Amino acid sequence: MNVESLRAEQVLIADWIAEGSRVLDLGCGDGALLAKLHASKRVTGYGIEIDPDNIVACIERGVNVIHSNLDEGLCDFDEGSFDYVIMTQTVQAMRFPHLLIDEILRIGREGIVTFPNMGHWKCRAQFLLGRMPVTRHLPNTWYDTPNIHMCTVKDFDELCQAEHIEVLERAAVDSQHRAVIGMRMLPNLLAEIAIYRIKRKA
Amino acid sequence: MPETIPADSVGLVSPKTQHFDTPLALDSGASLDSYELCYETYGELNAARDNAVLICHALSGDHHAAGYHNKSDQKSGWWDNCIGPGKPLDTDRFFVVCPNNLGGCGGSTGPLSIRPDIGNPYGPDFPIVTVRDWVESQSRLADVLGIERWAAVMGGSLGGMQALQWAIQYPDRIRHALLIAAAPKLSTQNIAFNEIARHAIRSDPDFHEGHYYEHKVVPERGLMLARMVGHITYLSDDVLHAKFGRELHDGKINFDFGIDFQIESYLRYQGESFVGRFDANTYLLMTKSLDYFDPAQAYGDSLTAAVANCKSKFLVISFSSDWRFSPARSRTVVRALLDGDHDVSYVDVESELGHDSFLLPIPQYHKLLRAYFARVEIGR
Repeated sequence: MNVESLRAEQVLIADWIAEGSRVLDLGCGDGALLAKLHASKRVTGYGIEIDPDNIVACIERGVNVIHSNLDEGLCDFDEGSFDYVIMTQTVQAMRFPHLLIDEILRIGREGIVTFPNMGHWKCRAQFLLGRMPVTRHLPNTWYDTPNIHMCTVKDFDELCQAEHIEVLERAAVDSQHRAVIGMRMLPNLLAEIAIYRIKRKA
Repeated sequence: MPETIPADSVGLVSPKTQHFDTPLALDSGASLDSYELCYETYGELNAARDNAVLICHALSGDHHAAGYHNKSDQKSGWWDNCIGPGKPLDTDRFFVVCPNNLGGCGGSTGPLSIRPDIGNPYGPDFPIVTVRDWVESQSRLADVLGIERWAAVMGGSLGGMQALQWAIQYPDRIRHALLIAAAPKLSTQNIAFNEIARHAIRSDPDFHEGHYYEHKVVPERGLMLARMVGHITYLSDDVLHAKFGRELHDGKINFDFGIDFQIESYLRYQGESFVGRFDANTYLLMTKSLDYFDPAQAYGDSLTAAVANCKSKFLVISFSSDWRFSPARSRTVVRALLDGDHDVSYVDVESELGHDSFLLPIPQYHKLLRAYFARVEIGR
């Protein structure tokens, strides 16, 4: 993902997270987000990562990282053991996104999920031309991509509805790398990256 | 030794011996009135005395972890690829201490040592020592060396168990624990393999109930068989296949009961070379220490409770093809640490080389150690 968008996404997430929280970051990459949250908000917790080079990068940053395959579940973690479980740009690469989101809300008091929005106008334009979209955020070809479960903002809203998940906050990063907070206007059309803060409905 | 000492070698090293006169009460109820620990050190202890790293050895290891003993030394220490100037455990930054465990046969007091009260070797009467006893003896060595708190305690296999025990037993004396290819206790299968090894040794006619020194013999066949069985468990099926396949020793099948396949010849070689360097009574004792290790037992069989008071940070590493102490065993430790919100990182390193991987310079593995040690803070 593009660096500016990533930064915008991280700023938004950092804004949402309370000082001193315990955080689990699923698919934490090189640990940049956790390191940032630790520095700015005294956040503690763990990252989960599968890529060997990323794991080394986490350790270089001093981020606690657990090598694990998210598709195999999160049974090592107890119910309600984290304030937030974060999953950035990973849900679309999971075999069973809905089951993982279920796990996120079992382990975490709240979940923060971000994903590339397939409903963005650039994607739609490419569909109109009769092809699978290839964009900055989705640079892979259809035959060689980790992204096997793409969705749109609308699709994700529907999943939340169906799974009794409450959307606490929703934001987006648009094509100008601006954080469009609120996204009242046409989120499904303008959001390149959608960011959700969710919890299980009481 | 190579013609010239490589720049990243600790070079020529000499073991040191420390005598202890304060009796050591052992888990078994027995006590050692006096004993010696043989150890090596690499690098310099800094003025802040906060850069010391304890290396704990595994079943057949000793205090000679790095460098060479003399110029005609054929082999460097057993963890030489990991310890040295600029190596993953960098002796330019850290002061590394590696003792031979009590009950060992490398120079510390053990079955081969002369028992002061009778003037003969302890032999089979050397008390069985446990991982807890080892940690206790190592803490006394730390006292002597002026090390109040280890920057890190690191070990593979049985050495990793000692690192875990250190974190539990002396939470204030260890900042980082590195548990590599270890387990929180042996599985039933592990104990079963150990019993085969012990049975092989004890049933050797030259064993003489452990008093073979007096008969001037060594239970060679038993010890060799023990090592052969052990050696298979240290490697994976894949690596054995890759190394030997079904390759024939003489290029043909002989239709007799001698060596046909290369693997048979290799195993015999492993067994024979072990007999020359290891003591059978020590082997028996070490396997018992392994069998008995179970820190959760004292905490109602809860590993979570056992590690609850640990203060150190942890790095847990397993190897994908290790079936002796499988990744799942490491994950059990990680899970217990996660339960207590401890600082822990866990990595399962992809390797075809089985349990022995922890001794080998696998790039991903050494990158992890290097990255981890770089974060271990030290003063001047």
